[in-house]
Amino acid sequence: MGSSSPGREGIGRPGEGARASARPRRVPAYRRSAEFRWTHDAERCARCKRCVQQCGFKALSWEDGPVVDPDKCVGCHRCETFCPQEAIAVVPNVQHYRPHPLWGQAHRQNVYLQAETGGVLLTGMGNDLPYPILWDHLLLDACQVTNPSIDPLREPMELRSYLGRIPDKVEVKMKDGRPEPATEMGPVLQVETPIIFAAMSYGSISLNAQKAIAMAAAECGTLWNTGEGGLHEELKPYADRAFVQCASGRFGVHADYLNAGAAIEIKIGQGAKPGIGGHLPGEKVSAAVSETRMIPVGSDALSPAPQHDIYSIEDLKQLIFALKEATNYEKPVSVKIAAVHNVAAIASGIVRAGADMVYLDGFRGGTGAAPTIIRDHLGIPIEIAIAVVDQQLREEGIRNRASIVAAGGIRSSADAAKAIALGADAVAVGTAALLALGCTLCQKCYTGKCSWGITTQDPRLTRRLDPYVGSKRVANLVRGWSAELEEILGAMGVNAVESLRGSRERLRAVGLDKTTLEILGVKPAGVGA
Amino acid sequence: MRIDARELHYRELNRQIREAVAGGETRFELANVNGQRYIGDGIQGEKVQIDIEGVPGNDLGAFMDGPTVRVRGNAQDAVANTMNAGRIVVEGRAGDVLGYGMRGGELFVRGKVGYRVGIHMKAYRGRMPVVVAGGTAGDFLGEYMAGGMLVVLGLERQDGEPLIGDWCGTGMHGGVIYVRGEVDPRLVASKFASMGPAEEKDREDMRPHVEAFCETFSLDVEEALAGAFVRMAAISHRPYGAKYAV
Ligand code: SF4
Ligand code: SF4
Repeated sequence: MGSSSPGREGIGRPGEGARASARPRRVPAYRRSAEFRWTHDAERCARCKRCVQQCGFKALSWEDGPVVDPDKCVGCHRCETFCPQEAIAVVPNVQHYRPHPLWGQAHRQNVYLQAETGGVLLTGMGNDLPYPILWDHLLLDACQVTNPSIDPLREPMELRSYLGRIPDKVEVKMKDGRPEPATEMGPVLQVETPIIFAAMSYGSISLNAQKAIAMAAAECGTLWNTGEGGLHEELKPYADRAFVQCASGRFGVHADYLNAGAAIEIKIGQGAKPGIGGHLPGEKVSAAVSETRMIPVGSDALSPAPQHDIYSIEDLKQLIFALKEATNYEKPVSVKIAAVHNVAAIASGIVRAGADMVYLDGFRGGTGAAPTIIRDHLGIPIEIAIAVVDQQLREEGIRNRASIVAAGGIRSSADAAKAIALGADAVAVGTAALLALGCTLCQKCYTGKCSWGITTQDPRLTRRLDPYVGSKRVANLVRGWSAELEEILGAMGVNAVESLRGSRERLRAVGLDKTTLEILGVKPAGVGA
Repeated sequence: MRIDARELHYRELNRQIREAVAGGETRFELANVNGQRYIGDGIQGEKVQIDIEGVPGNDLGAFMDGPTVRVRGNAQDAVANTMNAGRIVVEGRAGDVLGYGMRGGELFVRGKVGYRVGIHMKAYRGRMPVVVAGGTAGDFLGEYMAGGMLVVLGLERQDGEPLIGDWCGTGMHGGVIYVRGEVDPRLVASKFASMGPAEEKDREDMRPHVEAFCETFSLDVEEALAGAFVRMAAISHRPYGAKYAV
């Protein structure tokens, strides 16, 4: 948050015409309080200047020792992490105003910033307001005495999963005295673990970050997702494990791109910004980003919401089949939507429109940039969305026609297991993968200055992220979670993740009201089988 | 290769075309086409020519990359959706959402075009998508347009029939729209697009495309270019630049 005063000439004056009054110009700032207090122990300091070099936000400068501009420090902890002497501590700044339960610090700071700029507040990453987290009200079952648990060390555990359409029925015909399937089987995706990676475009994240995730997907036998940023030349070797996205801007979408991927995803919405399009500012459209998006350098990349050729389920069906035709029916098609109030009916329409996968993104999902007010107040929790969509599709007898991928706030293998028990076929992780790459959740992705080289295109910053090392860290995360999933399955006495899918009987809730229990289809703890 | 499309489901028709293209076939004559969707969808190759007799269904030439398609009749919605290269010629009229996200190639429609034509068309490197409509256009022409050229000639127009509909250029942030004749400024989304007379330079830019259009339909170029044109262009390439509090 810069509070640099633009001086008097920055003030819009009366009589400057309609345009000037429609977009208020920046007016001088009153002092906003810094979010973090950067402290430095001069006695420990070895004067290596490393902290100054490491800061992506240019908060530090060298004047016979490191000096901080407190307004620029976003608390990303890069300097602290890389200080060889442990001389730095970055701590939240204690609010110096009188505390107020209604007008918390964030509300006051936001009002000050908007009084200054007249603009829409931006943020990055997922919703940070303390809404109830339903995962933390759900518990998994385990075996005791009457039903044996399984030791995954001793016995094989099946995490392999398939994503895509399962035919309503399989017909068999006899040929030369041998049975063979008469039903045409659509393409399905095989993953070695029900944990896949969420869509993060090149442009919103750096090429090195995307490459790290793509390599990890290859190593773990799972899938990654291009997001709406096209496919970079260097990532083509990993395309066979990628969802290639087609969104409203159609960036980088062409026949070769569609055919290169493992699957195609139509992006309708994103959990962090339901009903809102994307917008990659011109400054981030570098030569390389321009190449993958197939747009001129420096031009704004707008992905309007909605897709202006899709106003109905019929229109969506038309695009689904346009994509299937373009790829000779060889690629499953996923439709990604934000979890909103009417999600069950919408998902049913999507499945009936011919999608092979429905990707549900809950209101806690991450983003490279979104208006804060949208991120923090629109959408519904993914836990609820999974339950109602699974239920609706079952009731309609079409659950087999599409897989459900759930995303938006999956923090651990336990969340993944609960999501699967609620009815998801797989979970997608975005934020967790970025954490594995070093992200500290400073939420400043939209500035393009990420000190960790993740959500930036600045070569000085991106080169600090070694894609090979990054891929090992991300792959380790998937491995760790997968091993934990095996432990969970074993404790529950099942040897395949398939046995957990949609098995809400294996969940119990604590501290949830009756209506929420009914919606989730979960019994309260204390109720037996 | 001639295919009689009568009673043929689009899936079968398009499968036959795809397989023939893979086998090296370059010339197609499709007879009795009646609403089959996705003809030419994702087909690659500059040598491929598809001649359509009848009315093809939606998404004609979607994701197409190189071929030439000629429709001897009217076309429906979403022609040239996300088309990369090639040419689509429609001898009659065409429907809504033509040239969505089109990145290259040409779409020539002899008659009228419907609503939302040229949404998010974009130019990139040597590619510059061009849509020329011989007749008039509906609402939301050039919405979110990011590059390329839209030309509305308004030939054979009924008396009093508007050349374009409402909300022309909403969200426009690149590219150019030319309309032959006078346009009521209230039809243009003035927040995004500015309108002014087309200058000599504009006529030069437009000419090769209008020439190609006229040649295709055996029309008189000078007649098609006669009279004044207006030019609509984006006010800013960064329409959202000033919106945020940063
Ligand atoms: S922004 Fe990050 S690197 Fe820069 S001073 Fe603050 S904590 Fe350190
Ligand atoms: S990706 Fe970078 S900028 Fe974004 S929250 Fe993480 S550390 Fe901060």
